[in-house]
Amino acid sequence: MVQSVVPEIIKESVANLIRSGERADGRALDQYREVSLETGVIKKAEGSARVKIGKTQIVVGAKPQIGEPFPDTPNVGVLITNSELNPMAAPNFEAGPPNETSVELSRVTDRCIREGKVVDLEKLTIIPGKKVWMIFLDLHIIDYDGNLMDAAVLGSLAALMDAKIPSTTIDGDEVVIDYEQMVPLPIKEQPLMCTLAKIGGELVVDPSLEEDDVLDARISVGVRADGSICAMQKGGSVPLTREEVLKAVGIAQKKTEELRENVSKLTK
Amino acid sequence: MLLVEDKQIVVPGEILAEGDYHSGRGTFEEEDKICSSLVGLVAVRDKKLSVIPLQSKYIPKRGDVVIGKISDVRFSMWNLDINSPYSGILPAAEVFGKEKRDLNRAFNVGDVLFLRVVDVDEVKKVKLGLKGRGLGKFRGGILINITPTKVPRLIGKKGSMINMIKDQTRCEVVVGQNGVVWVKGKPEMERVVQKVVKTIEEEAHTSGLTDRIRDMLVELLGDKTEKTTEKEEDEDEFEEELIE
Amino acid sequence: MIIILTSKSIGDSNKGSLVASDTKKRPDGRAFDELRPLKIEAGVLERADGSAYVEIGDNKVLAAVYGPRELHVRRLLKPNMAILRCRYNMAPFSVEDRKRPGPDRRSVEISKITAEALNPAVFLEKFPRSTIDIFIEVLQAEGGTRCAGITAASVALADAGIPMRDMVAACAAGKADGQVVMDLSEWEDKEGEADLPIAMMPRTGDITLLQMDGHLTSDEFEQALDLAIEGCKIISEAQKEAIKNRYGGD
Repeated sequence: MVQSVVPEIIKESVANLIRSGERADGRALDQYREVSLETGVIKKAEGSARVKIGKTQIVVGAKPQIGEPFPDTPNVGVLITNSELNPMAAPNFEAGPPNETSVELSRVTDRCIREGKVVDLEKLTIIPGKKVWMIFLDLHIIDYDGNLMDAAVLGSLAALMDAKIPSTTIDGDEVVIDYEQMVPLPIKEQPLMCTLAKIGGELVVDPSLEEDDVLDARISVGVRADGSICAMQKGGSVPLTREEVLKAVGIAQKKTEELRENVSKLTK
Repeated sequence: MLLVEDKQIVVPGEILAEGDYHSGRGTFEEEDKICSSLVGLVAVRDKKLSVIPLQSKYIPKRGDVVIGKISDVRFSMWNLDINSPYSGILPAAEVFGKEKRDLNRAFNVGDVLFLRVVDVDEVKKVKLGLKGRGLGKFRGGILINITPTKVPRLIGKKGSMINMIKDQTRCEVVVGQNGVVWVKGKPEMERVVQKVVKTIEEEAHTSGLTDRIRDMLVELLGDKTEKTTEKEEDEDEFEEELIE
Repeated sequence: MIIILTSKSIGDSNKGSLVASDTKKRPDGRAFDELRPLKIEAGVLERADGSAYVEIGDNKVLAAVYGPRELHVRRLLKPNMAILRCRYNMAPFSVEDRKRPGPDRRSVEISKITAEALNPAVFLEKFPRSTIDIFIEVLQAEGGTRCAGITAASVALADAGIPMRDMVAACAAGKADGQVVMDLSEWEDKEGEADLPIAMMPRTGDITLLQMDGHLTSDEFEQALDLAIEGCKIISEAQKEAIKNRYGGD
């Protein structure tokens, strides 16, 4: 990503506003932009979702494939997360292999989904030690308006909850795949991520595009439904104090509960 | 034969007229037809047909005043982002005269300046200058971006719209023709100006806008407004400026 | 080692049979000269200068335009006009068997011919030393994505305010099940006898993209070409409506 220098005037005006408890788009410091979530949007993907936070928009596809397990975990299925910061999403996104921002995004999302135990990977074993289900989670970022991580995790959770895989039976040495009997993925937990930005000495939830450009530091916290923490990532070059970190975690626990309502709406 | 009406929305390739008509901005001639090259509103003035674009980039013209951001410091010049497909060059001589000085003493990457477009050549290389009243570096304040085509509406006929906003909010407001606006005043007033500017951008092509903005200012400012006697504006006359 | 018990039924309306019938209705019930259901929306993305979304049959294609904008790669700069750069890409989840991310040879070819299809329409001389970048993403593929991509790209270019002689429209015709037909579905494309995608500028009839793959007699070719041209004209009307709907009713 080619990042041009943000003018001092913009940095100052955003920080001043936040110091006085307001944000440029009128939100409270701990308020999310409008969130929208749809599943089943791509029929060719066994699971899919389209998520929008503000104008940031990601299309997530989940596709299963049969493959070999990792040698050190012979009875566990495989989850592979990949993200593409599509050049259409922002004027400074370039086509090409994933850059460090894209790689960080897929790895953090993967950790949150994996450590958050969304999919019971042990139930994805077909022939122990030989054949397991591999789930490919592909995040396609099509519009970037600040805060990718929260949208990525929300979209990924929704796509996995939407996904169906064919049922399998073993016939001696052979795996019989029955596409007429599709079953949902074994879903256990519903972790979500909340990102806060440190600007003007304050922490603000769900940084907008402008806030993302001027922030001093960023902290993303992955929280499960029971309030326990499953993933964290600090970004930005300015340090955070211990108090700021603990405060961020507290806010994230509260805000992910709100975000989770978007997911419950789907399962109704 | 005219095939469209004034103020109708047309798309690229649409035939506007056949026969004895002239092609203005946003149109082209093909055999005996005048066609639109843009998405926009038709303007019919006698036999001249133009299309006013609904979206377009800012293309610098000599004499324009623009707000630019320094993107690079080179040996004897600064390079500026002027919200255009074309960046602008500010030669060191504009600031230092004939002396050789360290450019960083004057302006750095990230600084925002108010400049004049001194020259644009045939391949759109843009030369900027600082000689003129009010030109120079901005300190403090906020920046607002609007679609460049809406700038004339924001300024108003003879500055009437922008002056009304400045007077009522007691803010300094500088409008660059390249769609960048700088505002400085009390923080709450800066926010009022931001809301007003965005409203003008959204409703630029509607009529009765001046009144609605006046009402909006009254509402946002409570009883802090000043009574002014503004002359009614004729919205139609605006489009003349846009067409030319 | 792996046996597939039953065939997948995703998109069941497109399953076909090769049994000839007199009335020659197509597997999805269409007449020989009927387009699949079409939906076009303009201005769907926030950051891009112009954008459009096209659904035709089960295809879902998104196009975005940035430009004219500064071109930093000096060796590509043209002193007296803009250049048009195009990237056609398929999302990994857009097809039955997941596609590895990144350009493959097919995408590279389609990117090239798409740029060439749109080039003649744009007034490039108005923007020397700049670039107009077009990004086409296939979110779901069902036969005819290159045509859907071009159709979406034209709308995105118009939405971005880029001056053009016309909005290029694209449509394919071909031969399936022994019959010359308009707008091949995925099944017809795979199982049929010929595929002829074209793109054109509707007002003048100028053809800016033409590819053919398969087997056709000269008569069949002419019929297919005419069907494709007719398809382009229908699609052109939908493009215009999409733009007018975006800005309309002032």
